[in-house]
Amino acid sequence: MLTFIVRRGLWTVLVMFAITALVFVIFFKTPGIDPVRLIAGRNPSPQNLAEIRHQFGLDRPFPVQYALMMKQLFITRDLVSYSNQGTLVIPEIFAAAPATLSLVFGAAIIWVVVAIAMGVGAAVLRGTVLDPLLMILALIGISMPVFWLGQVANLITQSRFHDTFLFSWVPPLGYTSLSQNPVRWFEGLVIPWVTLSILYIGLYARVLRANLIEVQNEDFIRTARAKGLTERRVLLRHTLRNSMITFVSLFGLDFGVLVGGGALLTEVVFGIHGVGFLTYQSLTNLDLPVIMATVIYGAFFIVLANTLVDITYAWLDPRVRLA
Amino acid sequence: MATLLGEAEAAAPEPAAGQPEIAGRSPWALAARRLWRNRIAMASLVLFLLIVAVCLAAPLYARDIAHVDPFVNNLNGTTIVNGKQVPLMQQGGGVLHLGETPIGPTWDLRHYFLGADAQGRDVAARLLYGGRSSLAIGIGSAVICCLMATVVALIAGYFGRAVDAVLSRLMDLVWAFPVYLLAISISTVLLTSANGLQVGPLHIAASSLWLPTLIIALIYLPYVYRPVRGHVLAATEKEFVAAAVSQGASDLRVIFSDILPNVVSVVIVLLPLMIATTILTESALSYLSVGVQPPNASLGTIISDGQDLLYTRPWVAIAPGIMIVLVVLSLNVLGDGVRDALDPRARLRVEE
Repeated sequence: MLTFIVRRGLWTVLVMFAITALVFVIFFKTPGIDPVRLIAGRNPSPQNLAEIRHQFGLDRPFPVQYALMMKQLFITRDLVSYSNQGTLVIPEIFAAAPATLSLVFGAAIIWVVVAIAMGVGAAVLRGTVLDPLLMILALIGISMPVFWLGQVANLITQSRFHDTFLFSWVPPLGYTSLSQNPVRWFEGLVIPWVTLSILYIGLYARVLRANLIEVQNEDFIRTARAKGLTERRVLLRHTLRNSMITFVSLFGLDFGVLVGGGALLTEVVFGIHGVGFLTYQSLTNLDLPVIMATVIYGAFFIVLANTLVDITYAWLDPRVRLA
Repeated sequence: MATLLGEAEAAAPEPAAGQPEIAGRSPWALAARRLWRNRIAMASLVLFLLIVAVCLAAPLYARDIAHVDPFVNNLNGTTIVNGKQVPLMQQGGGVLHLGETPIGPTWDLRHYFLGADAQGRDVAARLLYGGRSSLAIGIGSAVICCLMATVVALIAGYFGRAVDAVLSRLMDLVWAFPVYLLAISISTVLLTSANGLQVGPLHIAASSLWLPTLIIALIYLPYVYRPVRGHVLAATEKEFVAAAVSQGASDLRVIFSDILPNVVSVVIVLLPLMIATTILTESALSYLSVGVQPPNASLGTIISDGQDLLYTRPWVAIAPGIMIVLVVLSLNVLGDGVRDALDPRARLRVEE
């Protein structure tokens, strides 16, 4: 187990290095691109341009440029946004993180609970009309673009049915922090939570159903039945538990992706000022330092989540760690 | 040629022994037959082809039926509703009765069927043109992605050792990079450059549809590479490969006539699902303004245009979304059907 963790840890470090290098190459070394002008934002002054050239060491050799960027991102944390009048980028990202975390945590709870119910329900009801019906619902959930679903939700809850008893409690779009007003925080996030979770409910319910049906044919399930266990116990303690291995590892990966900025479409459509929204804003202003920083921070988070998932997986399943 | 598919068929009992012509069927014909019998999959294929056909007819619709140019602002234009001439931009529509609101759906195919957008352009015509670019990018990037991934997987899986190690680690790196963040980074940089991408003699303008197509193809490479490489590895171990090598067949010949036929079915199963994924990705990138660039329209850009009109003229954003859902849903159902048809064992494993 320890060798596995060390090996996996080394790979993680390598991947993180490679990702920063890749981002660096994309932003600074793409042929035909002048990074100084990109970073400077719109209508830069010559003074700004000179400042940037010096700050990023663009007049110096390649490895120095890379090292300087890493220093500004991780050590001194003084990367400055030029199109946004000298805002410090890294503190801005950390200030946006709670909104993203609130959104993703809530959605994750919903999607895990509903997906398990739907997956188990479909597997148990196999042979009835309800199974294909549930699976078609899941497929529709997978096929909807999340930002469009968010617009439809907004149209219903903010405009067309806002004045009815159904949705009169929905506050205007935006994010209220938990410490400021817990009730408002909850009310404002309910619709985004549901919207974000629908895609994952569809994905997870399908995966879980397929896994459950596959595990049901294993020998140990026959043994469990032969021991005289009730069907409910066989399902919950034996079948479901085994099927959850894939479920849990998928969950770890998706959760990492969402916290690392993958929820940006949901954040944009609901006006939740999280990390993803920050990325979007910087996209529309072409604020390159912010895009770069959010991309690297997001990627780091996801790589870290992957590592944790792999280690948990190896801990659960010895075959993986010995491979 | 002993394909894996062929083995699956040989193991199954011959259903109609009395009919001699069945003996000559190839595994592909059998798979096609299974797919043909799958009514839901065929219905979704028909739906998909129908949408493709309608989108391809976009210029015809705009020119001959609606008589509009969906790429030109038409703020002072008029149209006909119930036989009366009305302006496209109406004063004080909407909830607050302020400013100008474009005309809503007339449900008349000849006169602004789905209404106009904030620039007075025909939404229905834009929808067809947008669907055309979205489908082109989605299908194009999925095909390019599958082709490139298959070639790389064949090379890595057949030659093994150092070649495999290097290629697989490269793919792992792209895999580790979050899809949207990678696409956004590349798009931002390429879109901001004044003269597009210049690689040797190849030049791609920043507004070209090729840019999002290639970017999306690139980010999904490892998602196709991984399963295909697994199958290449399995096929390389087979006796018929050893037999071909011992007969002095060249590497190229072994790869293309012995290994490739065994992994083609994996790629074909992945293709419709990849198109569904790439269409969703394209619309998301375009919604974030880093995908298709004006003057071109795509389903994602129309949804993004419709965001500001959402509460007054919801159809501008709703209609392209419905189109995306129909296309992606039909592709997902078709993909499931193709998988069941080409790999009956996968279904057997699940359905006992």
